[in-house]
Amino acid sequence: MTLIETGADVLVVTAKTQAADEVVSLELRRPDGGRLPDWTPGAHLDLVLPDGTTRQYSLHGDPREAGAYRIAILREADGRGGSRYVHDELREGDLVGFGGPRNTFRLTPAPSFAFVAGGIGITPMLPMLRAASLLGFSWRLLYLGRTRSRMAFLDELAPYGDRVTVRTSDEHGPTDIRSWFETGTDAAATTQAKLYACGPTRLTDAISELAVERRPGWTRVERFAAAEQGEPARTTPFDVEVAGSGRRVRVAPGVTVADALRSAGFDLLTSCSRGVCGTCETSIVAGVPDHRDAILDDAERAEGACFFPCVSRSKSDRLVIAL
Amino acid sequence: MTTSTPVLDTTIPTSNEDPFSQEVLADPLPFQRRLREAGEVVLLERYGVFAMGRYETVRAALLDWQGFESSAGVGITDFRKETPWRPPSLLLEADPPHHDAPRSVLERVLGPRALRELAPRWEADADDLIDEVLAQGIEFDAVESLAEAFPLRVFPDAVGIPADGREHLLPYGDHLFNSFGPENFLVQHGAPHIGEHSAWVNEQCARDRISPGGFGAAIWAAADRGDLTADQAPLVVRSLLSAGVDTTVHAIGAVLHAVATHPDAWAELRADPSLARVAFDEAIRLEAPVQTFFRTTTRDIELGGAHIPARNKILMFLGSANSDPRRWTDPERFDLSRDPSGHVGFGMGIHQCVGQHVARLEAVSLITALARRVESIQLIGTPERHLNNTLRAWKRMPMRVELA
Repeated sequence: MTLIETGADVLVVTAKTQAADEVVSLELRRPDGGRLPDWTPGAHLDLVLPDGTTRQYSLHGDPREAGAYRIAILREADGRGGSRYVHDELREGDLVGFGGPRNTFRLTPAPSFAFVAGGIGITPMLPMLRAASLLGFSWRLLYLGRTRSRMAFLDELAPYGDRVTVRTSDEHGPTDIRSWFETGTDAAATTQAKLYACGPTRLTDAISELAVERRPGWTRVERFAAAEQGEPARTTPFDVEVAGSGRRVRVAPGVTVADALRSAGFDLLTSCSRGVCGTCETSIVAGVPDHRDAILDDAERAEGACFFPCVSRSKSDRLVIAL
Repeated sequence: MTTSTPVLDTTIPTSNEDPFSQEVLADPLPFQRRLREAGEVVLLERYGVFAMGRYETVRAALLDWQGFESSAGVGITDFRKETPWRPPSLLLEADPPHHDAPRSVLERVLGPRALRELAPRWEADADDLIDEVLAQGIEFDAVESLAEAFPLRVFPDAVGIPADGREHLLPYGDHLFNSFGPENFLVQHGAPHIGEHSAWVNEQCARDRISPGGFGAAIWAAADRGDLTADQAPLVVRSLLSAGVDTTVHAIGAVLHAVATHPDAWAELRADPSLARVAFDEAIRLEAPVQTFFRTTTRDIELGGAHIPARNKILMFLGSANSDPRRWTDPERFDLSRDPSGHVGFGMGIHQCVGQHVARLEAVSLITALARRVESIQLIGTPERHLNNTLRAWKRMPMRVELA
């Protein structure tokens, strides 16, 4: 089945560039060059590969650029194959699907910030640094990696000067994050600074240790593990039953639940048609939803009460919803 | 107000009409038809601003926050040249990245999930109000007795502000929406009293004024979590009090007028109360309570063959877009069999009305309660318009109902 048949929104790979050893950056645009859904720093995209595999990648471009998404992908030799496909098979001109963007790692206002990135964890930080600069917040970044040649976007960080500290394990050995965080020019403001971190488990665990001593909400972490939880999208039809109506509507791949319900004669209001505004909210009565909206957070998804039929689908053969 | 006439591009049609005149505000449809026919973009010579009235153009401008900014004000005043009369809104009068955090907090606070808890309470409140009104008689002014009474009964409580002084809310909102237009008779009328209304509204936004459990407390809780700063929280509460009252009152007025003048639609809605949602959105489409908003171009923009230079005010006619025959079949007809999805009565894009679910829940609760008790509705006498530079509104709507 092709991407267009699965009904996923489709993007063209308009550029594929090597951002570092084992890291490629993709530029993605609509085939017609039109606007893409808006996003905010920290957001990630669901990338749907031609075999239906879905992976989440942070957007590292500029939200002011309405027509392109930029994501960077580290080759994970031991991964499930998504990154290998992107590195080895995906070519400029190929089509991919997408969902989102969603933001579970939002930049919140504060007088000062300490950002810590490990390896490919630099990606969500790039738009945050731009936004923090535009907002006039003071910030510094600690960027950790094994070796410089594997660290993407060092050139993009160069203009920020000494606000950026780069440490590699091959040159400097292990880095003590706590001592970086608690020393420096604005160390006095450390308790007021928001601490944002993204990187491998070893790094995010270290940050979590710092977090317990700090005010709740002042430490925010994005884990790679969380970003990897996406299930492959279902590529076979499923049934949606409208509670109380006694009716069952078959939803084919390539058709949204909202459209299928409307075609079957149900009244359903939608507004944004991209899982952002919440107008079409319905409730789940039974079945396992495949949430594809940008509204619910992980806890709300786990709760499984709300469903946005303009974008969300089903994992189970049958989904019962209340309109 | 200072305006400068931009360098004239001969490809742009011009108009010397005044959309903020008493005559056009009382009945904007003929003007809107002329505006749409004149072109994609029309220069309003009187104010030196560019107007757009066609659906696709308005929608494109609403979506393109990069090219059409809000932080220079969404009224005729250019905040880069003149000081606004109140500290700018963190939502309505802001662009990313400043807009991001307040927007994200309000989306959560006012989202469908938060409203799920309110729904049964508001349905009961609506039943109570309808019972009280009908106990007084079957003839009443639907504006005062329903459209104003219901939001004022439920919304300030939902925000969590004190009971004293709520009479400031409607005049505050009315003046705010007038102030997006030029300094005409409407602004002059409201100006002498705005100081006291504004002072009261600002006082209610403080943490110690807000009672627990409501939208206001949720905004302050977001500040405690660090999602907002303590300086931002009162301004975000202010947005609820500014944009959440008058707009909903007039939206409910629009639905009531529509069902009173379309007996078939009322019969349909009574037979199938789930149509109340469609009725609400169709009424918003037809009579957008917020008729217009301005934007400011951030760069030179080509639109429909017209060249709009950077740093010019653009006036988007949302109501006109919603009745553009290029987009809607038989657009000036209220029709419950229509799918009004995609109307721009709530705007579109990153600034799309964040309180729309609240407004929809209020209106649907009230209409559904009315449908349970009332068999038919008719207007007695001619309803009277309330004029506002931005809002489309009713002042009086005398109504007689027959009980079911």
